[in-house]
Amino acid sequence: MAIEHADVLRAAHLARLGLNSDAEAAGYVDDLTRILEMVDRLQAVDTNGIAPLSHPLDTTQRLRPDEVTETNQRDAFQACAPETAEGLYLVPRVVE
Amino acid sequence: MHHMTLTELAKGLKAGDFSSRELTTSLLDRIERLDGEINSFVTVTRDQALAAADAADQARAKGESRPLAGLPLAIKDIFCTQGIRTSCGSKMLDNFQAPYNATVVEKLQAAGMISLGKTNMDEFAMGSSNENSFYGPVKNPWDHTAVPGGSSGGSAAAVAAGFAPAALGTDTGGSIRQPAAFCGITGLKPTYGRVSRYGMVAFASSLDQGGPMARSAEDCAHLLGAIAGHDLRDSTSVARVVPDYLAELDAPLDGLKIGLPKEYFGDGLDAEVESAIREAIRVYESLGAKVCEVSLPHTHLAVPAYYVIAPAEASSNLSRYDGVRFGHRCDNPVDLEDLYKRSRAEGFGDEVKRRILIGTHTLSEGFFDAYYRKAQQVRRLIRQDFMDAFEEVDVLMGPAAPTPAFDLGAKKDPVSMYLQDIYTIAINLAGIPGISVPAGFSGQGHRPIGLQILGQHFAEGQLLNVAHQFQQATDWHRRHPTDQETT
Repeated sequence: MAIEHADVLRAAHLARLGLNSDAEAAGYVDDLTRILEMVDRLQAVDTNGIAPLSHPLDTTQRLRPDEVTETNQRDAFQACAPETAEGLYLVPRVVE
Repeated sequence: MHHMTLTELAKGLKAGDFSSRELTTSLLDRIERLDGEINSFVTVTRDQALAAADAADQARAKGESRPLAGLPLAIKDIFCTQGIRTSCGSKMLDNFQAPYNATVVEKLQAAGMISLGKTNMDEFAMGSSNENSFYGPVKNPWDHTAVPGGSSGGSAAAVAAGFAPAALGTDTGGSIRQPAAFCGITGLKPTYGRVSRYGMVAFASSLDQGGPMARSAEDCAHLLGAIAGHDLRDSTSVARVVPDYLAELDAPLDGLKIGLPKEYFGDGLDAEVESAIREAIRVYESLGAKVCEVSLPHTHLAVPAYYVIAPAEASSNLSRYDGVRFGHRCDNPVDLEDLYKRSRAEGFGDEVKRRILIGTHTLSEGFFDAYYRKAQQVRRLIRQDFMDAFEEVDVLMGPAAPTPAFDLGAKKDPVSMYLQDIYTIAINLAGIPGISVPAGFSGQGHRPIGLQILGQHFAEGQLLNVAHQFQQATDWHRRHPTDQETT
């Protein structure tokens, strides 16, 4: 399956990844075209009836009792944040 | 002292030949003198290391005897260390100090081991040459014009160069085994779930696994015993008893059944690598092993399946770097979308962006079934290949990489770089353990060659035994680059 310039722009937007120029986007179109050509070898395999394998050990999610086990460490966790105030993360104004 | 194994250093500490402080100081001085050229460390933690060494010496003086206490090691900069930067080789995390320690870091501290610092790596562990680091490439201590491999290139180079007797690495598609092979050291990727991933910066969560890199299989056995085990904080870690890996090392190999996957000896395999591997197999035959050819028929699909699954998981994992909670934030964002887009554009390097784009594209509407679902189906076929082979043989052997270390700057095309991992990637998809051990050198450039040994899920003890017996019969693992080459 070929990848178009618009596909790369769409993926970049979905991933919230800024691209600086058309030339940068074009570079990724070239790279992704070659990578997906390599990936397309998968299409030649008959996988009818094969269940997808998402985890190498086929384990199930472990559950635990619904109990509070962690203490509040907000200050420690926010110490590495770019900008906070009164325990909140600051971002540019979203709602006017 | 700089090229002794952990096992030998432990004896020296116990006998009082040297103190942990003397050992640690000597290694720190060596790093300061020689690592400017190799670039294997991103951060050296001299003060913390010396304080920990003093504590280990005092505990020893009081009669405490923990087998690994007072022994130094280096930690790949992907493991979170409280109060010490964890960069993951990225500008995105250049300013990041984790508020907690990774489980393996805690376990090594509890064992009394001393961290010398954090090692260089491909950004977010994405690479096979360590050329994708924000902190610059690492040089191979054997030949400064060659790459050390990746992504745990700094860890491998630090052990080979005599900076640290051992290091922690991580392996998502070969990132412990390939750099171990390129740098002439021993590196083990454990079974998925054997070692906790808590506090290990996530790349591809169904493939990532941490493990030891050292100068012998025996040293890897010591380290794996210290870091393995169930962790309530990692829901994918496996609740299973950790065996005494040291107790298994000396078992004889008489009657061991070794399978050679024919797909691992095909086109593209360097002739010198093949001849070194065949010679290693002859050593095993002399030790009483039986050798036969087996087939892993879906091998050629491993790299294609991996380059759907790993980028898909990465694109999801790396969405957490949003410039809000931690990591790089752009200057003067005009609105929230600008904040996200520019922070990520500035913080991530080229290869990371490439993989985020592939992953986002293949997971997006209209493409999911053709790529992601298909790759997961093929992943099951690849795992089944190994299950079938292990019905016939005990372990599989082959090269860790198709060539010895390549030149810095030699592989500019991403696909040719990806194909470097052709013999290591399927192992992560299947979740089985694999170890790379030194097995010779290429004539030109004197670059190391690694033998890869693969086992069934949770067969680490057997792999370490099989590797250890080889190292009792050969001395490839005792070779090290001379300092002349290192300066």
